[in-house]
Amino acid sequence: MSGESEVKLIENGVRLDGRKPDELRQIKMEIGILKNATGSAYVEWGKNKVMAGVYGPREMHPKRLANPTEATVRVTYNMAPFSVDDRKRPGPDRRSVEISKISSEALSRVVETHLFPNTAIDVFVEILQADAGTRCVGLTAASLALADAGIPMRDLVVACAAGKAGGEVILDLGKEEDNFGEADVPMALSPRTQDVVLLQMDGVLTNEEFERAFDLAWGGCEKVYEMMKQALVSKEVSE
Amino acid sequence: MNIEYYLKRDYISSLLETEGKRHDGRQLDQIRDIEITKEYVGDKADGSAYVKLGDTEVLVGISMMVGTPYPDRPTSGTMSTSVELRPIAHPRFESGPPREESIETARVIDRGIRESGCIDFAKLFIEEDKIWMASIDIHILNNDGNLFDAGGLAAIAALANTRMPKYEDGEAIRGEWAGNLEITSTPIPVTFSKIGGKIVLDADIVEENAVDARLTVATTDTLNAMQKGGKGAFSSDEVKECVRRAFEIAPTIRGLI
Repeated sequence: MSGESEVKLIENGVRLDGRKPDELRQIKMEIGILKNATGSAYVEWGKNKVMAGVYGPREMHPKRLANPTEATVRVTYNMAPFSVDDRKRPGPDRRSVEISKISSEALSRVVETHLFPNTAIDVFVEILQADAGTRCVGLTAASLALADAGIPMRDLVVACAAGKAGGEVILDLGKEEDNFGEADVPMALSPRTQDVVLLQMDGVLTNEEFERAFDLAWGGCEKVYEMMKQALVSKEVSE
Repeated sequence: MNIEYYLKRDYISSLLETEGKRHDGRQLDQIRDIEITKEYVGDKADGSAYVKLGDTEVLVGISMMVGTPYPDRPTSGTMSTSVELRPIAHPRFESGPPREESIETARVIDRGIRESGCIDFAKLFIEEDKIWMASIDIHILNNDGNLFDAGGLAAIAALANTRMPKYEDGEAIRGEWAGNLEITSTPIPVTFSKIGGKIVLDADIVEENAVDARLTVATTDTLNAMQKGGKGAFSSDEVKECVRRAFEIAPTIRGLI
């Protein structure tokens, strides 16, 4: 969110990659792509390539973490070492621990956890190629994988970011916009109940700009939500 | 699972829902008393502050160290933030490497400070291959809830009272100082907690066990960081209302530093 950009991030309402301020990147979704997982999904979102796999409900290990009243939804967000320009050291870092935690909380809102006491529902999100907005892509893929696993859910969770770059409030920040822009607002919804299940923000925004970014991200989520429903029916969708 | 908290959970949410009351008699938007002691450990640490928020006690120490810059930002200083949930602070805390709770708290506080621009990282450049690295170490001494706000407040209070060590021949001279760290704004985190459909400020630890969702909003004169946590959710109107109120509440807290 800091640093000076040499190039103009947006000029005459056209962004670096040719998008309009309120336009999403190209998205492709595939359902049921992994054989071993109970459920799985693959999402391409711009240059992001993300896979999610679900195992469970299954016995919770370690056993002391088991909750006798409900299932525990555990998301593990992991970036492949080769997913970014400079190789990332394998294994969890502080960023991925945080993303895993808030993603788990977001999905816990929609999964009917009370049906499977004492169990774990493990969701593994693998970022194979990262190009800004991976937590949103990961959460969207995770939600599709849970649905593919046939786990009872009240709704899908859909995620999308908005933010500010080059002085304008825009939807779905690309890599340069993320690196050199002014602010990023990733958000996730349960659209059926109009619930905000994940929300973060960093950068510099006025209250008015925040409200615009928030509404823009909300609109983006609604578009992606329609794609998700279609993908679950036809097993594949591309837009 | 603490059985006392578990049993109190229903009591706390139903008291709020049916009577609009909190278990300790506070108003819904009432923050506990805040006490700030600057330079609490002033002999060794370059900066420090102790904050008491109700019975939550936090000590922050700032260490300014000479280091090498990141290759992609050769003329910028750096900062890092850690939160230690020390076992002295609560029976639930254990020794060992940081867990997700402390990592999340540290990262949210870090974002509020970093994104506010209150530290000019260009000014932490010393000479080629030498920069200042500011370490913000947040030590929780007694946990009675709302570590985001108590820790964030203590961190900025400590930064605002940080001396710059004297620099000579590529090293910091310990015990000698040359001026103060310049801080240009005061980011203040305000955490809203949703319990049984009601939103309260500054939840204590008993209330935290009944919290469905929380939203931390860090502001200066602009919005700088936000984080939603918990398995519950907020409506669109609730989010916008929390952000508006964070802008209103922060100046009072800022005035205490």
